[in-house]
Amino acid sequence: MQPFSYARAASVEDATAASLPGTLFLAGGTELLNWLRLGIAAPRHLVDISRIPDLDRIEALPAGADGKAGLRIGATVRLNEAARHEAVARDYPVLAQAILQSASPQLRNLATIGGNPVQRTRCAYFRSDAPVPCNKRRPGSGCAALDGLNERHAIFGWTEDCVATQPSDPATALAALDAVIVTEAAEGGRRIPARAFHTLPDERPEGHNVLRAGELVTAIELPAPAPHSAYVKVRERASYEYAIVSAAATVEHDGAVLTRVRLALGSVAMRPWRLDEAEAALAGLPLGSSRIAQVLDEAFRAARPLSRNAYKVPLARNAALRAIETAARMP
Amino acid sequence: MTFDMPDTSPDIPVQTRSLTLRVNGTDRFLAALDIRTSLLDCLRDHLGLTGAKKGCDAGECGACTVLLDGRRVNACMVLAVAAEGREVTTIEGLATDGRLHPVQQAFIDCDAFQCGYCTPGQVLSALACIEEGHAGDEAEIREWMSGNLCRCAAYPQIAQAVRMAASRMEEAG
Repeated sequence: MQPFSYARAASVEDATAASLPGTLFLAGGTELLNWLRLGIAAPRHLVDISRIPDLDRIEALPAGADGKAGLRIGATVRLNEAARHEAVARDYPVLAQAILQSASPQLRNLATIGGNPVQRTRCAYFRSDAPVPCNKRRPGSGCAALDGLNERHAIFGWTEDCVATQPSDPATALAALDAVIVTEAAEGGRRIPARAFHTLPDERPEGHNVLRAGELVTAIELPAPAPHSAYVKVRERASYEYAIVSAAATVEHDGAVLTRVRLALGSVAMRPWRLDEAEAALAGLPLGSSRIAQVLDEAFRAARPLSRNAYKVPLARNAALRAIETAARMP
Repeated sequence: MTFDMPDTSPDIPVQTRSLTLRVNGTDRFLAALDIRTSLLDCLRDHLGLTGAKKGCDAGECGACTVLLDGRRVNACMVLAVAAEGREVTTIEGLATDGRLHPVQQAFIDCDAFQCGYCTPGQVLSALACIEEGHAGDEAEIREWMSGNLCRCAAYPQIAQAVRMAASRMEEAG
């Protein structure tokens, strides 16, 4: 591990102004320390943002044009704190469920809501100690997973340059909720739609997300409440394991008919995968209709499995169906 | 094809910092600690507190679980400098006046370990699990103790010990 300096930021301005070349921000550290040990990142400076006042607050947003108020979750709110917060648990169950099914209680006491979507792929070639081909780790070296051990890899949005997936459970829920990732930087902040936060390989195979050097996530903003929402995570053991596939669904209905459905799949692509066409086709269908499954079948015809992961296609389709049904039953 | 591993770069000097950590109720001064030192390595190698164990050093096994400001965390995932000013509780800080903590006693009474390597982390995680209110039934205990792996697979006895400790602590108020 390369030596680095350490400084504590007293404010967001302090953090972004202190961001010299080679700086990484430290919050929970649960991913950053692994990067340092594996040589995935070799920063010259760490700026600790975990003690910035008010960055760990959760507060209601002013009501929008529809009269519904959203929620602003400060970037350094710990995952367990976010999931336990009354308004998150009540109004955004898909997010609370996604958080509580991620990592372990200990890690969720450290990891933050702003840092979690910044985690990188779990692709074993990307994380390898040995110098195997990986365009994310060593741009231009190729993709060992394309014809290698790709059981856990992408079924959507991959290219021959990279078949990795983004593993975050909370990010999948945030994409379904149309959350906004708020950033600050010395040259000015941005409001990035959560569903467009991660980088697909056809844009930049070596990329992970759209954050620029020195750009700091300061908050996650959730739009109007989604009380009928659910997260389904499929994994090889009951707890403390990454998803093979997951599905986040939000549902609005009038008691008989679906009026709006949003669906994001996790661990199937390098970003949470929204099913826009299926969402549009699901609106207007009766609750419990067999057409719902047919719409999903149509959507999954676009899936492109790799040599070893065709099983993920029906798994993700079934997870999506179960997420819709579970969300629709939420009180 | 050539690879370059950017892990080490000898031209960058090691950065150090002197700091005070509050561990088990006592202020411990650390002179010129390498900033890269994890809280786990600091406890074990600099403060002689070897109860917290290094299993994976990657946040995957829970053997290094300690309490930070009363909340359970993986000490391998925390830089020691980032714990400055926080209250650290390790397994060495649980017994009082020579009496084991009820969670420690329950682990013995239930035979909740075999090799014992994961036990310090299990005990601290169990204490937090109980105090969080997540020891209601076996399924809840198993879910909220899932961050602590036991390669001897003493899980049934561990879950039993958590229930026993929870009820004893409730009785004791």
